[in-house]
Amino acid sequence: MSHVAEALGGQILTKPFKLLLTIFGVGASVMLWRFISGLGATTALNDGYPWGLWITFDVVVGTALGCGGYAMAILVYVLNKGEFHPLVRPAILTSALGYSLAGVGVVLDVGRYWNLYKVFNPLMWNLNSVLLEVALCIMAYVVVLWIELSPALLEGRSAWVPKLLLQRKLGFTMADGGQPRSTSSRYPGMSTWMIWLLALGLLLPTMHQSSLGSVLLIATTKLNKLWHTPLLPLLFLISCVGMGYAVVVFESALSSAVFKRPPDTRLLGRLSKPIAAVLFLFLGVRVLDLIGRGRIGAIFSLDRYSCLFLLETGLFLLPALMLLSRRRNPDLGHLFRAGMLILLAGILYRFDVFLIAFNPGRSWSYFPSITEMLVTAGILALEIMAYVAIVKRFPILGGVRPSSSGWQAMNGAEVTR
Amino acid sequence: MSMNRRSALKKLAVLGTAAAAPAHAVARTRRSAPAQAVALLYDATRCIGCQTCMVACREANKLRYESWTNLYDAPKDLSANTKTVIKLHRRNGTVNYIKSQCMHCIDPACTSVCMLGALYKRADSGVVAYDPDKCVGCRYCQVACPFNVPKFEWASATPKIVKCELCRHLTDQGGNPACAQVCPRKAIVFGKREELLAEAKGRMAANPAGYVSKIYGEVDGGGTQVLFISAVSFEELGLPLLGEEAIPELSETIQHGVYQGFIAPAALYGLLGLVMLRNRRRGASGEKEEVPS
Repeated sequence: MSHVAEALGGQILTKPFKLLLTIFGVGASVMLWRFISGLGATTALNDGYPWGLWITFDVVVGTALGCGGYAMAILVYVLNKGEFHPLVRPAILTSALGYSLAGVGVVLDVGRYWNLYKVFNPLMWNLNSVLLEVALCIMAYVVVLWIELSPALLEGRSAWVPKLLLQRKLGFTMADGGQPRSTSSRYPGMSTWMIWLLALGLLLPTMHQSSLGSVLLIATTKLNKLWHTPLLPLLFLISCVGMGYAVVVFESALSSAVFKRPPDTRLLGRLSKPIAAVLFLFLGVRVLDLIGRGRIGAIFSLDRYSCLFLLETGLFLLPALMLLSRRRNPDLGHLFRAGMLILLAGILYRFDVFLIAFNPGRSWSYFPSITEMLVTAGILALEIMAYVAIVKRFPILGGVRPSSSGWQAMNGAEVTR
Repeated sequence: MSMNRRSALKKLAVLGTAAAAPAHAVARTRRSAPAQAVALLYDATRCIGCQTCMVACREANKLRYESWTNLYDAPKDLSANTKTVIKLHRRNGTVNYIKSQCMHCIDPACTSVCMLGALYKRADSGVVAYDPDKCVGCRYCQVACPFNVPKFEWASATPKIVKCELCRHLTDQGGNPACAQVCPRKAIVFGKREELLAEAKGRMAANPAGYVSKIYGEVDGGGTQVLFISAVSFEELGLPLLGEEAIPELSETIQHGVYQGFIAPAALYGLLGLVMLRNRRRGASGEKEEVPS
């Protein structure tokens, strides 16, 4: 087995791609309409529910789905599990795309976007604002992610002059371990400079993913007590790691199906135990917190909120048990189903905190408008298109193709250097 | 291998806790109103629901009339066109009114969450004011306010936040807010907060049977600069039951506890870097299991 990533090649403008392009086109025209007519005309948002689908899904869920890079980097670089290295690059790519498009979501959602540049002026910062910290962290992380991904984008593009400079002077090509000939060569080529950048790429998501939970701490009277807890930041952080792993599983399974590649089943299967551990950690904190705050009784009241809580908890518990029950030799379908459930659980948890268990008062209600959904679909379509185009043209996916004679030569000097 | 994994999980847990645990957060000091804090006292027992204050507010703040009847100015609630509403509460044949507007909290949630300080508390009067030049329109203030006061111009492509600023364009010139100026029953009085608290207590002492024994806003939600006195409970008038703790206390305590002096993030950053440097030296643990072909 070789761990060298390669571009998949092939035509980009396929039929499904054209369909995605259409979905994006529709979304983009709604986005344009939003800038002409304002948020009232294009959304179901109101003074009671000032944040809706765009903030909850595109930003809060979107960045959590973008935690694949974070989760894999913890595993490979901090916990030193080199065997997972082939999963890093695709994870960083989905993270870079997810976070960048969350930024698009923010620009669409804020009312006075022309003032956004002032966020860069430290003299204007209100350091009490959790949202300010989240905004700054996310922007910094988008930059870090693209730098981390840049070696993959620069490899094999020898015409791109800066590449040589970056590789030779900074050891840049080892951003994600680069193209090691075996797992053990993952570190030696990596410059110290790069290690500190990677550490930043771990610090930033730790900060803003937990702070995304802190955002709702202020809503003491509005967020239901089953969800409002001082531990919101910890719960958001734990669940984003679980979602990050699930995205890696999901993406790996999907790209092996779509691009007809042998799946990384063996490697993914080894993730079963750590993922289950993360899920149990989440559930443990969740339940102990409710007991500690004396709210545990409320989960059995079987009202709207208790049912929601039970559903959410079940969605976390089920995949944890699934993964543990077949942790020895899981097949890809099993892992895929568990991964889907984890994603659903994390998404529901975030929707609960930001929308469903958020109650500003009786006179308000919110359900996303068709136009809001079209924009979200458009952003998702853009993300998928970018992913497909990049894995076809750049060496992102790898680690599964048996190294056949000659392919290293085919792929240029970088690999064998 | 299993030893490895266990220590790996332990490491993960330590990292997570270091970053997110609010356990050792230090409570922030409780804020009090500025010495020269102004206030508005609304006496619900005197209000007859004439809505003169609402009309005066529209004129003073150049706000459009709002109607669902097409006959009268009849806003249902605060909105981007309406900074104050007199709301009617009917029970058992008796009628009570309450004035809805910005409460000008002593320790406001909206200014705590505002990213660039577009909503800010003036140091002199304590009025919670708005500067649209610093507003990005994120609407976090709307999420944060327990009274649902800040409103957003949804219909506009260049929207602003709208809320009562206690007619600061009038009071800065020594005048009264429009609503207090026109009230024919002295149900709305403008003055210094200390004096109005005394005034409220005086009215209650003179007629103990006429009032519930509480001034809403004296301590509620950390105290507000709009004060209510009433013959019926404030809950009945639709006001939220807030403790004495200011709304931002929890979130600011946790946020500043975690980020105090940026020590925890800096320590985590250093730790992550050092762990990775050590890993580079040691090489990968997984290499033995990989059989390079």
